[in-house]
Amino acid sequence: MASKGPEVPLLSVEGLSFSYLDSPRAALTDVNLKINRGEIVILAGQSGCGKSTLLRCVNGLIPHMYPGDYKGRIVVDGDVVAETPMGKLAQMVGFLFQNPENQIFMFSVERDIAFGLENQGLPRQEMRRRVDEVMGLLHIEPLALRPPHELSDGQKQRVALAGIIAMRPNLVILDEPTSLLDPKTASELVSLVSKLNKELGITFVIVEHRLELLTPIADRIVVMDKGRVVMEGTPTEVLTNPASSTHGLAIPPVFSLYSELAERGSRLPRAPLTPEEMAQELNAP
Amino acid sequence: MTFVHQNGVKALDGVSLTIEKHELVGIVGENGAGKTTLVRHINGLLRPTSGSVLIDGADARGTSVAKLSRKIGIAFQNPDHQLFSESVEHEITFALKNFGFDDALIEQRLNWALDFFGLKEYHKSSPLILSGGEKKRLTLASILAWDPEVVVLDEPTVGQDAIQKAKLLEIARTLHSAGKTIIIVSHDVEFLWSLQPRLVVMKRGRVVEDGPCAVVMQERELLEDARVSQPQLVALYESLSRRPASPFQDVSQALSWVSGERR
Ligand SMILES: Nc1ncnc2c1ncn2[C@@H]1O[C@H](COP(=O)(O)OP(=O)(O)OP(=O)(O)O)[C@@H](O)[C@H]1O
Ligand SMILES: Nc1ncnc2c1ncn2[C@@H]1O[C@H](COP(=O)(O)OP(=O)(O)OP(=O)(O)O)[C@@H](O)[C@H]1O
Ligand SMILES: [Mg+2]
Ligand SMILES: [Mg+2]
Repeated sequence: MASKGPEVPLLSVEGLSFSYLDSPRAALTDVNLKINRGEIVILAGQSGCGKSTLLRCVNGLIPHMYPGDYKGRIVVDGDVVAETPMGKLAQMVGFLFQNPENQIFMFSVERDIAFGLENQGLPRQEMRRRVDEVMGLLHIEPLALRPPHELSDGQKQRVALAGIIAMRPNLVILDEPTSLLDPKTASELVSLVSKLNKELGITFVIVEHRLELLTPIADRIVVMDKGRVVMEGTPTEVLTNPASSTHGLAIPPVFSLYSELAERGSRLPRAPLTPEEMAQELNAP
Repeated sequence: MTFVHQNGVKALDGVSLTIEKHELVGIVGENGAGKTTLVRHINGLLRPTSGSVLIDGADARGTSVAKLSRKIGIAFQNPDHQLFSESVEHEITFALKNFGFDDALIEQRLNWALDFFGLKEYHKSSPLILSGGEKKRLTLASILAWDPEVVVLDEPTVGQDAIQKAKLLEIARTLHSAGKTIIIVSHDVEFLWSLQPRLVVMKRGRVVEDGPCAVVMQERELLEDARVSQPQLVALYESLSRRPASPFQDVSQALSWVSGERR
């Protein structure tokens, strides 16, 4: 992984609690979390546990756009989110919404991808280069001139992602990025995340329910329950912890198989992150 | 049948497909393959450019969307295209009232839906403030509450954790054994593998494969071409040097085979 150090975390969440204005209960309660530069972290937990709310606190939508009761603080790359203008945060934190329709609005796919770059004031040539590059990475060149609202849902998700990656932020936050992608595009996205992390040092925080896709590249899984962080560790640590299924984590089938075998006294030398790794272990004489 | 969007995109290109009563059908395929476009024809939301859609043997062209909707419930891929009520409760009871169910039954179905989909504490809330997964469950709740004969779910597992997915699996199986016809569009191959439906694979507006899930999921090249991955247990099975006659249906099957081998 790219330059990773425990020194100063890129993102630090300190004693954060938040309740939405007209909601009877707290969406987040005393959340503490540090994300180091160069990490890939999965944020998991049951539907409604507060994952998207936490992400909104990182990119500043909370407290800038959502009224409510806010305690504690978040620091991104030295800036306290609540005191930093949205415009500046948008340059630092790339954010993929859970519903791509919330962030694509231009007349054509390529204009949409260029939108964030225009705001960065990049020279035209560099903009063109980056737009072409991300369209290539996400296989959307054929859609370049199509109006985004006429695309299929998965195509919209790819366009939204392209717009974010083109901006090369230090921190990229993806709220269920594969939820609408076909399986091959989903695994290509995973490779892309890994590549951007290794080559450009981009740090990723990713909300994802389909853990089988992302565990092979993740450094850490953070699990939330009812607005609190309840567990964190490497994918192997979290997935072999019996409590993880009570938090709604989908243990990948080969991982369950590994744990069940271990329980029966037949422990394999290493925990397999993919079916192929599992087969290798089992095929070994 | 063929369907061409207003912008000239041919989203369906010569599709022929027959679905019998009581069938459980899964539809997979790459982004933009035409899955959503296809299922929107089932209740007449879209009408074919050429060819025809027959429901119960009658051309759907001659039947209004309202009439088809009495029999066919479709939960949309994007909740924001479906949800419109001011409260969760109204969203669920809307169709029930519209179809003239009596108050006691409405109450009963509402409570079932709120409970099953974990939405009880939000029954007075606006759908707008729900989390992504909660919104999705509300779209499912508002369709399943009135118990349609044909249930069409476009990407039902999106945003759902393992506990919710297990419930979806349970309800799909229950409805299927109660004789309903169920059509599920999904990219979630692990979910489909647990469900074991008849599996239809689409690519570029065409149906490129149609058969039992256990068979189709082993056709690696075809799946690759349609941008569909194999479920983990199938991929594992195919990479084993010694293996049983057919892929593992679930982890416990895999476990007993592997344990046997290692003894
Ligand atoms: N409203 C629309 N207007 C014009 N073209 C559209 C519209 N909706 C979809 N299309 C196009 O029709 C084709 C089929 O789209 P459809 O939504 O049926 O795909 P899908 O298989 O459901 O994809 P996904 O897995 O991404 O949901 C795509 O090329 C898409 O860009
Ligand atoms: N704008 C809002 N106003 C009031 N309550 C909200 C709002 N948005 C979310 N909530 C509530 O806050 C809680 C946390 O929601 P959040 O969207 O953070 O969950 P999540 O973990 O992202 O869930 P999912 O996996 O379903 O997307 C939920 O109970 C939700 O109903
Ligand atoms: Mg969410
Ligand atoms: Mg679709």
